[in-house]
Amino acid sequence: MKLTGKQYWRSLDQLAQSPRFLEWLHREFPAGASEWTSGSSRRQMLKLMAASFGLAGLTACRRPEERILPASSASEEMAPGVPLYYATIFTLGGVATGLLVESHDGRPTKIEGNPNHPSSLGGTSPYAQASVLSLYDPARSQRVLRNGRASSWEEFEKFAAEHFDPQRIGYGRGLRFLSESYNSPSLDAIREHILRRFPQAQWAEHDPLAQEQAAAGARLAFKDNLIPVYQFENADVVVSLDADFLGMDAPTMAAIRQFAKRRQLLEPGGAMNRLYAIESRHTMTGAAADHRLRLAPGAIRLFAETLARELGLAIPSSGAEPTLSEQARKWAAVLARDLNRNRGRALVLAGPRQPAEVHALTHWINQTLEAAGRTVVYRKPPASPPSITLAQLAGQMAAGQVETLVILGGNPAFTAPADLDFPALFGKVNHTIRLGLEEDETSAACRWHLPQAHFLESWGDGRALDGTASIQQPLIQPLFGGRTASELLALISGYKDRRGYDIVRNYWFSRWPAAQAEKIWRKALHDGVIPDTRFPEAKPSVDVTSVTTALRSAPPPAPARSDRLEAAFFPGWACWDGRFANNGWLQEAPEPMTRLTWDNAALLSPATAAELGLRDGDVVEIASSAGRAQMPVLVQPGHADHCISLSVGYGRNRCGPVGRNVGFDAYRLRSAQSPWIAGGITLRKTGARHKLALTQDHHSMEGRAIVLEAALAEWRQNPGLFQAAGHHTHESLALYKERTYETGYQWAMSIDLNACVGCGACVLACQAENNIPIVGKQQVLRGREMHWIRVDRYFEGPPEAPRAVTQPVNCMQCEDAPCENVCPVAATTHSPEGLNDMVYNRCVGTRYCSNNCPYKVRRFNFLNFHKDLSETGKMVFNPDVTVRMRGVMEKCTYCVQRIEEKRIQANREGRRAIRDGEIVTACQQACPAEAIVFGNMNDPASRVAQLRNSSRRYQLLAELNTKPRTTYLARVRNLNPELG
Amino acid sequence: MNPIFPRSADKILRASLVAVLLALAVGISFATWLFHPNRTEVGYAPKQPVAYSHKLHAGDLGMDCRYCHYTVEFAAVAAPPPTEICMNCHKQVGVNNAALAPVRESYAKGTPIPWVRVHRLPDFVYFNHSAHVNAGVSCVTCHGRADQMVEVKQVEPLHMAWCLDCHRNPAPKIRPVELVTKLDWTPDRDPAEIGKEIIQAKGISPPTDCSGCHR
Repeated sequence: MKLTGKQYWRSLDQLAQSPRFLEWLHREFPAGASEWTSGSSRRQMLKLMAASFGLAGLTACRRPEERILPASSASEEMAPGVPLYYATIFTLGGVATGLLVESHDGRPTKIEGNPNHPSSLGGTSPYAQASVLSLYDPARSQRVLRNGRASSWEEFEKFAAEHFDPQRIGYGRGLRFLSESYNSPSLDAIREHILRRFPQAQWAEHDPLAQEQAAAGARLAFKDNLIPVYQFENADVVVSLDADFLGMDAPTMAAIRQFAKRRQLLEPGGAMNRLYAIESRHTMTGAAADHRLRLAPGAIRLFAETLARELGLAIPSSGAEPTLSEQARKWAAVLARDLNRNRGRALVLAGPRQPAEVHALTHWINQTLEAAGRTVVYRKPPASPPSITLAQLAGQMAAGQVETLVILGGNPAFTAPADLDFPALFGKVNHTIRLGLEEDETSAACRWHLPQAHFLESWGDGRALDGTASIQQPLIQPLFGGRTASELLALISGYKDRRGYDIVRNYWFSRWPAAQAEKIWRKALHDGVIPDTRFPEAKPSVDVTSVTTALRSAPPPAPARSDRLEAAFFPGWACWDGRFANNGWLQEAPEPMTRLTWDNAALLSPATAAELGLRDGDVVEIASSAGRAQMPVLVQPGHADHCISLSVGYGRNRCGPVGRNVGFDAYRLRSAQSPWIAGGITLRKTGARHKLALTQDHHSMEGRAIVLEAALAEWRQNPGLFQAAGHHTHESLALYKERTYETGYQWAMSIDLNACVGCGACVLACQAENNIPIVGKQQVLRGREMHWIRVDRYFEGPPEAPRAVTQPVNCMQCEDAPCENVCPVAATTHSPEGLNDMVYNRCVGTRYCSNNCPYKVRRFNFLNFHKDLSETGKMVFNPDVTVRMRGVMEKCTYCVQRIEEKRIQANREGRRAIRDGEIVTACQQACPAEAIVFGNMNDPASRVAQLRNSSRRYQLLAELNTKPRTTYLARVRNLNPELG
Repeated sequence: MNPIFPRSADKILRASLVAVLLALAVGISFATWLFHPNRTEVGYAPKQPVAYSHKLHAGDLGMDCRYCHYTVEFAAVAAPPPTEICMNCHKQVGVNNAALAPVRESYAKGTPIPWVRVHRLPDFVYFNHSAHVNAGVSCVTCHGRADQMVEVKQVEPLHMAWCLDCHRNPAPKIRPVELVTKLDWTPDRDPAEIGKEIIQAKGISPPTDCSGCHR
C-alpha cells in the first residue's frame, strides 16, 4: 500500500532531520516560549505587585458603579445586543466582492460573503475578512494636512473653491488626476463630468497589481476590450500557465468555489476535474493541482507555444524551443492529448505575469478547444473613459507640464516602478492633493493630504468581474472624518450632488424608471446586487494574424542562468500592494506555502540556493535594471531553478506602527517596461542574516500518516483504501466510564482535503469571530501564535519537485479528550453535545492540557496581548465571545456562541429543533471551497452525517482512540496515467 | 551532646501548627461569609439619576414590564428603555414635574440618561433574557417584586450555584409564558407540577454544562 509509505515532510529542515528541527519536535513549546521576556526587572515586578495589591485593597471596599446608557431615541430595527446584517461590497484590484457585514450595536464586527454576489458566492477572501480590523486602526489618517501641518476640511474647501475655477486653471491644462484602479459606475460619471468641466485635464490610473497584460492579450486576440470570465464549474481539464487563480492572482474567491465543486466526490463513482499547473513559484494552485510542472516564468511562454503547436495551431518558430526541457516537451504533448479529448470541457488560462502574447495564445487555444460559452464566457464592458498611463504622467511631470495633481487613493510614491523615480517628481508639481487612508509615503510627498473614508463607512458602488453592479453601503459614520473619492471630486468640480449617498443614489435613480426606482434601490441594498447589470456576452473570434505577428515580433527571453536570474513579482501575501501593511491579522497569518509571517523573502529553489551558496535567512542584495534591494532568501521546495519570486507591498517605512519596516520593498526592483518578470537579475550575498518567523516547524506530527492521499484510479479500484490505510484502532481501554452520545445534538465537523486549497480565509475568519489576539513577530518566533485553526502544509516527494497538500487543523473536540483528564481545576470539560468546553474563568494556566493534546491545537496567552489596544481598536471585538487575559488557555470551541444563539432562537420560535445548516461556524462560513461542514451527526439526514459516511472519511491519529469529532475526507488526485 | 531544642519544642510546634490551621480555617470561613454574594450583592440599591418608581408604574398603574423593557422577549438584554418610551406618556403627564427634568433634557438633547446598573453578572457570563422569558421563567424569579420597589434593589445573589439550583430543577420556577410578567401570580396548585407539565410539553432542558453560559 502506497499510502503508509508516503513520507510527508513540512520543511526542508525536517527532511534533513536537522538538530534545530529535532529540538522543535520534542518540545511542547519552543525554547524561551515560557520565559518572561519583557524588559521589566524582578524589582520592578515586585513594585508593581505591591502597588496593585494596594489598589486592589482600595477597590474591594465598594462595588464599581456601572452605568447603562440607553439611546435617547431608538431606531426601529435596532435592539441592544442583537446583531444586524447589511449587504455591501469590498473592492480590491478593481473587482468588487459582495459582503454581508454583521453589526453589533452600530459597530461592524464581522464580515461574511454574500451568496448572491458572483465574486463571493458566499465565501470571503482573507483580505475581506481582515478589512474590519483596518476600519478601527487608529493609525489610519485622522486629519487634513497642509504642507505636513494639521489643517481642516474647511480650509481645504476654501482652497479648492478658489483653485479649481476652470478659467483660472486654464480649463485643466496643467490638471492631472491619478487614481487607483476602481470599478464604480457613479465615480465614472463624476469623472466624465470633471473632464467636461476641465476639458484639458487628463486622468491616469495606476494599480501596481493591475492585470494589464491580460487585458492587452484580449485586445491582441480579439481586437476588442473583452473580459474573459472563467467558468471552472464546467471545466473537466484546466491548464494553468503561471496563473495562481486559486490564490494570489485573483482578488476574489469565486474561482475556488467553482473549482472545488468538481472535486468533492463522496464515493469513487463520480467524475472529477483535473488541473495541470505550470508555474515557477510553488503556489496554492500548484498545491491543488493534480500535476505540477515547475518552469521559470520566461520559459512558460515557450511551453505555451509548444502546447499550441501540439494542438495543431500554426505558431511561428522562434528557434528557442530546444531550450525547453525534455520533460516540459513531453508535458506539452500529453496535455495536448488530454485537452483534445475534452473539447468543450477544457480550459487554458495564463497568469498576470505572462506577457500579452501568451494571453492571446490562450484565447486562441481556448477557441480551438471550443471553450467559449462553456468554460469561458467573454463579456463586453462599456467603453472606459480616456486615460493615460503612469509612465506618461511621470513624463509630463518631469517636463513640468503638470500644475495640479490630484491623487485618489493608492500609494503611488511607494508602488510606482522604481525606474520612474516617481517620488522625486512631486517636487515639480505646484499643487499636489492626495486623498488617502493612511499618512504614507505619498502623503509625505504631497502638499495636501486628505483623509479617505474606509469602505465600511462610505457610500459607493462597484462592479464584479462580469459587470454585476452593487451598492457599497456604509455601516458606520466615518470614524476619522474621511471622505470618498467621489465626494472629493464632487467638491472640486461643483458636481450636482455633494454627499456620497446622493451621488450614488441619484446616479442609479437616473437609470431606472422613476416609478420603480425606490423599490429597485431598496431591493439592491437588501440583496447586495443590482439586477440586470452584467456586461453583455460576446462571441468573439481570434484574429490569428494579430497573435502570430505579436509572437514573431516579441522573441522569447533568453533562458535564465545562475548569474542572470529571472525575477517574477507577486502580490504580497499580507500586504497585497502595500495597503494592508498595518493590518496585524494579515501580517500574522502564515503565507500558505512558505508558512512565513511578518515578512517577505526572495524565494528560490533548493538547487539554485546550493549553487549560490545561500540558505534560509541569508540577506542578499538583488540588482535589477531598475534598482537594488536587500532581502533575505527563503528556499522553497518545488520552486523553479534560476529564478526568484518576489512579493511586493512589504517594507513600508511611512506606515502605522504595525507594518512599519516589516519585510523588504521589492518595488525597488520593478521597472515600468517589464513590471512582472525581470531578466538579468544578480544576487550578491551581503553576509547579514535575517530571522524569518516561520510557523512551519511548529506542532509537527512526527511523520505519521496525517494526510491520507491516493490517486483517483487507486480509490476506484479499492474504495475501502482509506479505512484500511494504516490505522489499526486499538480496543478501547478507557480509564473513565465511557460516555454515550446517542441522544440530542452531537456536533461534528468534516473537512474535505480535496476541496481545501489552503487560502487561509478560515484562519482570518476565526480570528475575527473569536477575538484572537495578534502576538507579533517576536512571539511567533517563540512559537506563541494564537490561531485556533491553522492550515498545515506538507510536502511529499523530492525537494526539487514535491507535491504539496494543505490541511486545516482546529480542535478535534475528541470524545475521549486527553486534555480534560489532566486539568487540575476542571477548566476544560465535556458537554453532553460532544463539545470540549474551555472555561476561561476557571483556567489557572498550568498548560497540562496543551501538553497532553496530540493535535497541538491549544493556545496559551503567555502575555496580555490585548493590553495596548486603543479605544477604537477595541471596537472590533465580538461581544459574544470572552476576551481572554494573560495566563489563560484557549482553543477552538466550534463557535459555541453561534450554536447557543441558534438554539435560543429555535426555542424562541417554539420549534425546539435546530435545522441542519442553520449553525455555521466562522471558518465554514468564510471557506471559499466549502471544505468545512458542521452539523449534528446524530441526524442521519444532515450534511455532516453524510460526509462521515463517505469512504474518503478518516480520523486524524485514529490510533490514539481520542475519537475526534472533526474528521477529514482524504485527498484524491486525478492523475493522468501518461504522466505517471 | 545536649539537644538544640528542648523537649517542649515539640509540643509548641504541634500546638502552633494546630493554631495556624485553625486560624486559616476561621479566616477562610469568615472571609467567605463576609464576601458571600448574599451579603455583598443582595440589597444593592444605588441611587438612580432619575427617581423612577417601579412601584408607581408597574405596581399602582399596572403597566406591563414589557412596555419599557421591550427587548426582553427577543434579545439577551432587557435594557432600560430609550427616553422616547418615557416621553410617550410624559409628554402629557407630569410635564412640569421637577423630578422628570433629566428625562426631558435627555429627550430634548438626545443624550442618554446614565442609569446605574443594579443586576450585574461577570463579563464571562452570557445570560440571555429571551431564553428564560420564552421558557416561562418569570421576572420575579430573579428580580423579586419590582412592582413593589420604589427604588430597585437586588434581591437574589445571582451567583453560579444559585443559577444552577434552578437549571438542575427548573420545574418550580416555570410558569405559562403569558404569566411571565404577572409578578403577583399565585398558582392554585403546586407550581412544580405546573412547571413539570410545561417542561414536558415544550421540551425545556436548561443547560448545566459550562458552554451554556460561558463562551
